[in-house]
Amino acid sequence: MVETTRLKKVDVVKASGRIDSHSSPELKEAFDTLLNDGRNKLIFDMSEVEFLSSSGVWVLLETQKRARRRSKGDLVLASPNDNIKKTLDLAGLMHFMKIFDGVESAVAGF
Amino acid sequence: MPKAIFAARYENLARICEFVSSNAKTAGLDDSAAYAVELATNEAATNIIEHGYGGNGDGKIECAIEADDGGVTVVLLDWGKPFDASKVPQANYSVPLEDLPLRGVGLRLIRGFMDEVQFERIPGDGNRLMMRKSR
Repeated sequence: MVETTRLKKVDVVKASGRIDSHSSPELKEAFDTLLNDGRNKLIFDMSEVEFLSSSGVWVLLETQKRARRRSKGDLVLASPNDNIKKTLDLAGLMHFMKIFDGVESAVAGF
Repeated sequence: MPKAIFAARYENLARICEFVSSNAKTAGLDDSAAYAVELATNEAATNIIEHGYGGNGDGKIECAIEADDGGVTVVLLDWGKPFDASKVPQANYSVPLEDLPLRGVGLRLIRGFMDEVQFERIPGDGNRLMMRKSR
């Protein structure tokens, strides 16, 4: 399940449960909709994401690439659990992703 | 040894993961180790569906999990195209974001989360993957 909240300067995408090859297209669609509307300051609220597979990693990487192509654009992560952090580390993304403890600090980071 | 056969379809990934995760926890693995088994199995099953069977179709995945004093062993069998792990390129992560490759990430996650991984071609027709997670 994916929800998008549009704030003044940034947008928050929140997902819950499993993100795998079956569910990741819904997440990609949420990010693509924002990017296609010219929104490029994106926060992914992972506080209720329990599982992230390589297909979810692919969505985050592609979204981040697109967001950063525009001025001051980025995709940052809020509240990923330790298992997800290990997944991002093994996938080589920890160097590229800004990670915050919560959405509030992520908003302040932009 | 708990064993189950699943239709090789993306919508079954959650069921396959639930099967190995619940058995890993029943065997006494902690949450972190059980997650490792779940993620590695998800990646392996995804590779079977995507590369072995060419996407959702009529293929099957047989999944077995066995516990012993040292940990758990997961064995996945499929009857798709031959898989040669040595042909999956090693990813180079010291590159700019734009050039970061994602091919091979699933295999890297399997090897990173599990303690022992062995691929083999079954004589005749099929692939066998053994993955072991220690306690």
